[in-house]
Amino acid sequence: MTSSNQTAWGHAWGRLTGSARRGGDDAPAPFDRTLLLLVPGILMVVLLFVYPFAYGLVLSFTPAEGGPFKNYVEFFSQSRLWGTIFTTLWLALPSTILNIALAVPIAFKMRVPFAGQRLLTTALVVPITLGTVLVAEGLLTYLGPQGWFNRILMAGHLIAQPLQLTHNYWGVMLSLIITGFPFAFLLILSHVTGIDPSLGNAAASLGARPFAQFRHIYLPLLAPGLAMTFCLVFVQAFSVFPSAVLLGAPAGPTRVISIAAYEAAFESYDYSMASAIAMVMGAVQLIIIVAVLVARGRFYRGPASGGKA
Amino acid sequence: MTQDTLKGNPALDRTLGLLWSSVVWGFMGFFLLNMVGIIGSVAVNSVATRWLRSWLPDGYTFRWYSSAWAEFQLGEVLTVTMQVVLAVVLISALIGVPAAYALARREFPGKRAVMLLFLLPLLVPPITYGIPLATTLYQFHLGGTLTGVILANLVPTVPFVILTMTPFIEQIDPRLEAAARVFGAGTFSVFRHVLVPLLAPGILAACLLVLVRTIAMFELTFLTAGGDSQTLVVALYYSVFAAGVRAGQSVDAMAVLYMLTTLFWLVIALRFVDPTQIVARVKKQPKGA
Repeated sequence: MTSSNQTAWGHAWGRLTGSARRGGDDAPAPFDRTLLLLVPGILMVVLLFVYPFAYGLVLSFTPAEGGPFKNYVEFFSQSRLWGTIFTTLWLALPSTILNIALAVPIAFKMRVPFAGQRLLTTALVVPITLGTVLVAEGLLTYLGPQGWFNRILMAGHLIAQPLQLTHNYWGVMLSLIITGFPFAFLLILSHVTGIDPSLGNAAASLGARPFAQFRHIYLPLLAPGLAMTFCLVFVQAFSVFPSAVLLGAPAGPTRVISIAAYEAAFESYDYSMASAIAMVMGAVQLIIIVAVLVARGRFYRGPASGGKA
Repeated sequence: MTQDTLKGNPALDRTLGLLWSSVVWGFMGFFLLNMVGIIGSVAVNSVATRWLRSWLPDGYTFRWYSSAWAEFQLGEVLTVTMQVVLAVVLISALIGVPAAYALARREFPGKRAVMLLFLLPLLVPPITYGIPLATTLYQFHLGGTLTGVILANLVPTVPFVILTMTPFIEQIDPRLEAAARVFGAGTFSVFRHVLVPLLAPGILAACLLVLVRTIAMFELTFLTAGGDSQTLVVALYYSVFAAGVRAGQSVDAMAVLYMLTTLFWLVIALRFVDPTQIVARVKKQPKGA
């Protein structure tokens, strides 16, 4: 870098931040000291997030033995490793779609403030706050063969034998709904309440019935919020870990990709392989997110408020 | 299709609307009932003498709490949890609030890149970056230590504070600071006497949200904690994982203690923030200021 380059930068910064103007006429202030406040934050994210990620990426290409791609070749040639991608997708995609499909109509119904709305949203925040470990422990008792859930179904003569809902696919699926549905609902609710209701009223005054209002007015306006919610809920479901171990069958049907990564790191102490699996996990999440955002790009783009600002 | 939807039949619409309402409320009721069942199962089991093949336990006792306290060394675990949570809240506020101030008040080249940098740790799930992060921390001999756990927990919380506080600071009139400067206040006194009092409600809300999130943060603590740096949620995981080694009631007694800790802070946090803010960062900005 030449010195002229540095002055040009200083000028640009000073001009953009307005510090040169305010900083007094006699003292040239090429650098705005307020920006130094950002340094600790940036340093922290770079050292504890970017560096580990980059280090993990490099590590994944430098296995203890074999060529640079050995980990990835091994991952994609062993069904007990690559299979985890589909095991995880098979849990994450249905639960995400279901959670959003349930959350949209309900959030839509509850977009108008009503008595008890705060109480309801508070109740829904509880499972999110308690987290997956506690929900898993609760579900183990509640859904167990002698738990209240099966007892109620049997007392109502809906089933003759207790349903097997723990230590299998369904246990993990239900835990993903218990924590995922409130998350999807609250995210969508915050988007739905941002849509000006006068738009729907305008459509109604032209004779649009509720479903038509939803289909032609709200849904297009909701598309960006839905895409964002889908990404967040999916990413969370795809990285399911504690409930897949505690409530599922971690050796078989719910051996999700995070379990494979964890085993590589903390049971085989093969950090290179563990990093490779973590990178694959990130890549799959990225692919799904990009797909969702591309699909979302084909919807309406524009303001969600009424004509008047 | 469009023609159909435009033809209105008020009576039918009303019936359908009513049916729709009952489906929606019915589902909500069902969901909340299951929530109560889950939490209730844990709570009832934690005070049960024996509970095998019946709706309710044979008898009730509190002895599981004292045995859980001793078995799981909950005194130590709670101390560690408090240390981690306090350190994480303090450090993320100290780093996050000034950074949020710079982002709210200044335009500079690369600002979008910096925003993205702070957004990424919140979008990437902890288990994905937790494994490379734990590897790095072990490389620097910080893995398994209290410092390592605190550092790992800062990764999502510092960006959280920054992204929560930035819109909050943007809505404070910059002329207040300018006025203070006119009267000769330096940067530090502007911060101390003008900004901090105005920002107090926002900082408090952000800190409480960080606190609640850190108590419940399982993945990062799990991946970086050693034997003597476990927080409550990680200790709970291990005890559920090793179910059968200890009495189920003892595990549930610990689960209840964890619930009480979390819900206590949640209730306090909800006095200052909207429930939706716990998942979707500050959307509705607090009025005033």
